[in-house]
Parts: sequence; structure tokens; C-alpha cells
Amino acid sequence: MSRIELTVEATDVVKRFKGANGGPALNTISIAIPKGQLTALVGPDGAGKTTLIRLIAGLMKPDSGMLRTLGIDVASNPQAVQDLISYMPQKFGLYEDLSVMENLNLYADLHGVSMDERKERFNRMLAMTDMAAFTGRLAGNLSGGMKQKLGLACTLVRSPRLLLLDEPTVGVDPLSRRELWRIVQQLVEEEGLPVVVSTAYLDEAERCAHVIVMTEGKILAEGTPADLCGLAKERCFIAYPPTGVLARTLQACLIDDRANVLDAVPESGAVRFIRAKDTQTSDLDSALQGVRCEATPARLEDGVMTLLREKNAQINFVQPRRQQNLQARAGAGSDSAELIQVRDLVRWFGEFTAVASTSFSVRRGEIFGLLGPNGAGKTTTFRMLCGLLPATSGFLEVAGFNLRTARAAARARIGYVSQKFALYENLSVVENLTFFGGAYGLDGSELKSRIDHALNEFELQTKKDERSGNLPGGFKQRLAMATALIHRPEILFLDEPTSGIDPLARRAFWRRITTLAAEGTTIIVTTHFMEEAEYCDRIVIQDAGRLLALGTPHEVRTQASGAANMNDAFLAIIEKGRQNRQASAMPVDASI
Amino acid sequence: MKQPMNAPARLAGQFIRRLRALVIKEFRQLLRDKSNLAIGIFLPILLILLFGYGLSLDIRHAPVVIVLEDGSPTARDVVAGLRGSDYIAPRYVTTMAEAESLMRERQVDGIVRIPANFSRQLAQGRGSIQLVLHGTDAATAASLRGYVAAAINGWNKHRQDTSGRMSAVPGIEVLSRLWFNSANSSTWYLVPGLIVLIMTLVGGFLTSMLIAREWERGTMEALFVTPVHTFEILLAKIIPYFTVGMLGLTLCLVAARVLFHVPLNGSLWVFMVSSMLYLMVALSLGLLISAAARNQFLASQIAIVTTFLPALMLSGFLFDLQNVPTGIQKVASILPATYYVELARMSFLAGDNIHLIVRDWTILVVQFAVLITGARLRTQKTLDR
Repeated sequence: MSRIELTVEATDVVKRFKGANGGPALNTISIAIPKGQLTALVGPDGAGKTTLIRLIAGLMKPDSGMLRTLGIDVASNPQAVQDLISYMPQKFGLYEDLSVMENLNLYADLHGVSMDERKERFNRMLAMTDMAAFTGRLAGNLSGGMKQKLGLACTLVRSPRLLLLDEPTVGVDPLSRRELWRIVQQLVEEEGLPVVVSTAYLDEAERCAHVIVMTEGKILAEGTPADLCGLAKERCFIAYPPTGVLARTLQACLIDDRANVLDAVPESGAVRFIRAKDTQTSDLDSALQGVRCEATPARLEDGVMTLLREKNAQINFVQPRRQQNLQARAGAGSDSAELIQVRDLVRWFGEFTAVASTSFSVRRGEIFGLLGPNGAGKTTTFRMLCGLLPATSGFLEVAGFNLRTARAAARARIGYVSQKFALYENLSVVENLTFFGGAYGLDGSELKSRIDHALNEFELQTKKDERSGNLPGGFKQRLAMATALIHRPEILFLDEPTSGIDPLARRAFWRRITTLAAEGTTIIVTTHFMEEAEYCDRIVIQDAGRLLALGTPHEVRTQASGAANMNDAFLAIIEKGRQNRQASAMPVDASI
Repeated sequence: MKQPMNAPARLAGQFIRRLRALVIKEFRQLLRDKSNLAIGIFLPILLILLFGYGLSLDIRHAPVVIVLEDGSPTARDVVAGLRGSDYIAPRYVTTMAEAESLMRERQVDGIVRIPANFSRQLAQGRGSIQLVLHGTDAATAASLRGYVAAAINGWNKHRQDTSGRMSAVPGIEVLSRLWFNSANSSTWYLVPGLIVLIMTLVGGFLTSMLIAREWERGTMEALFVTPVHTFEILLAKIIPYFTVGMLGLTLCLVAARVLFHVPLNGSLWVFMVSSMLYLMVALSLGLLISAAARNQFLASQIAIVTTFLPALMLSGFLFDLQNVPTGIQKVASILPATYYVELARMSFLAGDNIHLIVRDWTILVVQFAVLITGARLRTQKTLDR
């Protein structure tokens, strides 16, 4: 057998799905992934990342073109490739009714790992994933982060020649993400294992040696993270809002200026933005209105955003809102009225304390963020606030109604978007809106005008008669928002709305949220993207049911001894909280 | 490739090891999922008790009032024949008015009236007895008429034998339904059908979820990138459910013998082979549905409509296939359950018939081969469809 020069080699690979309208999933892709390094696939939803990984794994055949994995022609000999590679699909591939050890043994048996080899390998995997204490637990009872680590351990029960990971960190908290990446990088460094990973997190892609940016089935660019950062070189700036103006207000002004600004995000109390190629600093005056700016080095995210915006003009991006100057915009927003009051909230599930003595309040027009690792009690808190779950004890008032006595009245004032797509998949967009409007007691011309408004506001006009189950991911999420807002609630609850969504769609999503907040809607949101906490007025950080931090993003960063960004602040606060708890001899069980 | 002699042995070793791992996995999943056990073990028990005791088409101790307007010894002798059976619980009154009021209160299901001139007419060779039945429950009424007629007929024959003299036989026929069912028990007739139903549930319905579940949970994708072959995945799914099916069959057999004393007129091994063949057909049909649907809900719906309901309605379990329209007969003739019902009834009630065994076994084997090939072709190690 000839010496393998390349891990993956693709020449003009085309893959088309039967019955799919639009272009092919992969459109004449040519790539060369060298061996022994970490390669990232990034790009918006539907770019073809998963399809490419499945083709490399031999789970699908290309329609045309040549694809060699580890020097083997995959299309003609998929089993030979599968005998050499390890692959973790998006759903991890775990048997939830088998225990951790039973899952490991099953995959070891299927891969033909000998008993001696297995002992050494299992010990290493269990130590790496920190799961030695949980080998008897059913996989279904593990937290999201631990499931994902177990999924990785199962794919690594033997030493593969190539590791393929398909979006391994979707819906996983920063703590678990950091651990997963530690394991992957260790494998690359110690074993020289080539890894191909698709991800929606660009900070993860930044750790890779090689980054491939895909969009609409094509390769947009590839290179080292430094190469890609170069695309936004000397065009990245930090703008500092004047006192009394929220960072997100300035961010909204900048991102609305689509011609001159490629991207803008709030960061550490300021706004990071990318200037368009031919834009002079003076062109930005109308948006910036004289606020102080500083140049800043480009990151991978800046490079990728530049690529996506410049190479693809008609890409789905933020719709500019009504033009207003910064001062006028700054005037709107939260007032002092407290819309949600929570005092000493407690929730037990049997012996297990999901939420322990939590108190906070949310003011009208605020964007309020709930952050925490998987299993911190965010979802439980959330469900109690929405009146979906009764509290074990404590006081809970939403929109002036006590949730113990007037749950239904409070519910009419809130809108809720759940993590999963919870609409009727076989009803059309309009039918879903009509049904939910009716459920909230709307009818006749009022219902019709609300639906028309929702279709325009959420850009669903073109898809209004399509079955909602067939919509692309971004449209589904917009429809879910439109449905939750059809009765004009005072409070909107969003549970991990941006999990698994690409950066472009996330910008558009947050622009809508900041607009809603500016119009006076109160927003409660959970997220695993720590940088999104910068859009919030105030945030809480929870872990193991306890409230560890509460305040503005600035206050929280200060509490974490002035961490540079929210991700670091979050990690510092969680780690300190866990140390304190261990010190006070409390049993630690973050896995439930 | 240095040791070609060892290659087949090594391949076989790998095959055994992978299959063992998959079978253990399936057994664990089977045992941990309570709904599987409920359908595999408790449902058979429930159905046996329900059909055996509840849904019997027979009557037992049916309350009947006998109006003895004729007090002669002959008349008493005639009705004594009614008292002697398990089917009828008679009570006696002397006037028709009393009997009618009991009937209206639904305290009795029927009235047997021996008219005042009965013994005189009988002596002339044309004795008649009036039978009035409560018609609201047609099935009970029909059974009751059969029993009363049979009892009177029996007495009549007895009288002929003892007296050695011909007399007019009352114009009542004995129904040929009593063939192969000497105790005249519909339980004997239902239990073989019930075994077919249970085997269909375990084979077709439980397995229909199996492959679909792996697709839904994303585990199929993970299995595909291991060295495992689809043939091994299918085989590993058949083995545990085959075991559960045979366990259910054993339960049914024990219940049939111990609780209901159903005779097994054919040989046990013929019946066991028939059952195994049918179970394999049902399992492979379930797997084919599962592989094609890739969605548990859809698969279970298809399984109910294509396996369980036809087995219940069209296989001859409840309705005699000779009495249904030819279109439905055609449908029934492609159903595996039809042949298994036929084989089971043969084994239990009629006794072995070599011609029938050869024909039906051949049909079942062919059906199994077609279905398992279909399931195999439907489960390719690829995500393309």
C-alpha cells in the first residue's frame, strides 16, 4: 500500500439530495486535508458541513467526483475506511438505556478491541473524561455535557487513524466545551491523530491548525486561522459608548449600517465592529456620532464574518430597523417597574434540589440572561417563571400576578419559545400563527392584522403557506418567535434560542431582541454563548441550583476579578463556586 | 494476508464477538424497557385469561325457569335431563305467569314450558315442549337453544333405546359445530388463535420499533461506522425477540393444557416447528417495516395495520374464512397468520395432516426468505436513501 500523504483528499465532489429544491448539498468541492492536524469546518446552517463529514466517513456516496479518506476510495470501499476511522455523529450515538460501561463495552466489542487493550484504553478514556465515578449510571441519566464526553469516549475505544466530529459542542456549556477540547487537543498532540471537526463556535475553530469555511455547498476559503484573520486585518475596531448609553444600543446603530459595517457585537461593555472594505472612517460618522474608537487585532470570527458578508451579498443578514440616532434610541428601554419578582425560590425533585433559595427581580424592558452549566437549574427556574412547574416554596410574581394563585392570568401576559421546535410541523406558517392566536383569544380582523404584522416583522411572507416542518432552521426559529409574540406579551421567555445557529443568524436574532426590548418587551433568555450575555442588561449565573452571580455584565466581570471577557468570567465564577462548595463539604454532583 | 489459512477462522471469531455484543445489547434494552416486557409476557397472560374466561362464546349455568304444568313422572323425567348439565341452572315454577315475570326481570334467560297435556300427547307420539328465549343477547339465546334441544334429544334417544320402540323425533337438529370440539367449548377453538395473536404481537409489533428507534436516536449512524455488518444488526435483533416469542408461546401452551384442558391432538414438535417458522416470518416482517419507516410511531402504526389486525380479523381466528367474500379470501391467502392459524388448529384439534403441514411450512419458509431479504436490502450501511 502506498504511503498516505493526505488524510482526506476530495476532487470536484458533488452531492445532491433527492427531492431537495435549490442547489446541491455539496457543489464541486475540492479539499486536501494533510495528516496529523486539527481541521475545522465552519459555515452557516445548510452549508454542507455534515454532508461532507458523512461522505468522508463513507456513510453516503458522492454523485460525482473523487473522494479518498486515508488514501482509500470511500465510494467503492466504505467498510475499509470505517475500519480505520472514528466518527461521532451529532446525536452522539449513545444507547440511553445502557450504562456508561455497557456503552463502552459495546463499542469496544464492535470494533474488536481485545480485553488487554480495552483495560488500558478505558482507564485512559475514563480519566480523560472524568467519568470513572459514573460507570454504572445509565447514559440517559447523564447531563448533556457528560453525554457528549461519553459519546467521544465511545468513538475512541480504539486508536483510530482519523477522528471525525460533527458539531460536538451544540447545546453544551462552556465548561464541558473546554474539557472536550482539552481531550481532543491532547489526542492530536500525543498521538498525532488527525481530527476533522465541524462547529458553529468560531473560538473553537481558532484552536485548529486548518480552517475550512463553507457556505451553500461550496468552499468559501480555507487556511490557517491567521490567514483567515488577515481578511479583516486593520478593519476591526472597538467603539466605546458614552456614559448612559448601553453597548447594545450602539451595536444596533452600527449593525443597521449594512453598507459600511460588516459586523458588530457588544463586548466587555463596548462594541466590536468590522468596517467594510471601501469605507472610510468618516463614512461611519452617522452611525458612530463621535463616540471614541480604537483599532483592535482581528479574530477568526471577524475574518469569517468578513468572508461571509463580502462574498455573499444576498446572504440572510440583519434587516435594518427604522433610522434613529443614538440619543433617541438611548432614551427608550427599561424603567424601574419590577415586572418579575422572585424571592427564596426553591424547587426539589424528590431528594434532589434543582433550585436552591434563589432571589432576583427583572425590570420592565430589560433583557435578563440566565447562564449556567448544563444541569445548573436554568431550565427549572425558567419553567417556574412561565408557570409550567409549581415551586416547592418561595414567592414568585410575574406581571403583577402571584404564580401560586393566578397562574392562568400570568400566562396570558407571557410568550415562551422552547429549546425544541414546539410548533405543529404539518401545519403551514399561517395556520400555526392562526391557531396560536386563537388559543390566546384573538379572532377576526385583529387576528388577521397581527398575523400580517408577524409575517412582515419576521420575514416569513415568502414562506407563509409552507408546512412549518419543511422550513430551514432559521425560519423555524423565526416562526417560533412570531408565534410566541402573536398576543403581544409583556414578557418573552427564550430557552437557548441560539443553540446550533450560525453567527449570521445569531446577529439577526439579537437585532430583533434588542428592538423588542427597546419597544418595552421584557426578555428572559438562556444561552450557552457567553458573549451573548453582553446584550443583556443584567444576568445571573447559576450552578447546581445556586445563584453565584447577579448583576450587569460589567458587575459580573468585576466579580470575577476583572476577567477580560464573559467566557472567562463565567468559568472563573463557576470554578470558585464549586471550590467553595467542596470546602464546605457539600456533596458535589453536577451531573444531574 | 500472511496467514491465509487463518483468515476464515479469524473472520468467524470477529463475527461471533460482534454478534454477541449486539445480542447482549438488545437483551439489556429489552429487559430495561418495561413496555417490551408488558407486551411480551404480561399481555399474553392477560389475553389468555380474558379470552379463556371472559370472552368464551359458551354459556355456563345459564338461569332457566322450567314451568311444570304437567306434573306426571314422564314430564319430570324429561326435565331431569336439563338439570344434569353444567350449562343450565334450572329453577321450577308451576304457572306460566310466574315464569314470565321472572323473564321480564331478567332473572332468567329462558323458559322451558311443559304443557299440561304433555304426557298425553307424548304417548300419542308427538309430545311438544315450548322454549321461550330472552332475545336481547342473541349469542346466549342461540347457545341455550342448542343445549335445550340437545338435552331433549338425548332424553328422546335414551327413551328409544330403553323402550326399543320408534317414536317421533322432535324436529331439532344438532349443529355440526360440535365437530372437533367434543366438549363443545369455544375456548378450545379460541386458544390456538390466541397463540397466533400473541406471536404476531411479539414478532411483528415489538420488532417494528427496533430499527426505527436506532434511526431516531442516531445510534444507527454510530453503528454504521463500526466494522459491524447489517446482517449482524438484523440477526442480533431477531435472537432476543425470538426468545421472548417462544417464552410467550410456552406460557400459552401451559395455560391451554393446565387451565383449559385443550387437547393437543397433533404432535408437539410439529406445532413447535410451525410456531418457530411463523415467529421468524413475523419478526422479519416487523424488521422490514421498521427499516422502511425509520420512525417508531409510523412503524408501530404500520405494524398494527399490516400484522395484528389482519391476524385478528382475516386469518380465520374469529371468522370462518369460507364464509367471507372471495376478495377477502384472497387477502387472507397472502397473510402468514392464516397459515399459522390453520396449522395451530390442526395441531390442537384435528391432529397431524401431512399434506397440510408440507404446504403451509413451505409457504411460511418462502415468506420468511422474501421478508428477511427485504429487510436486509432496506438496511444498507449508508445514509443515502
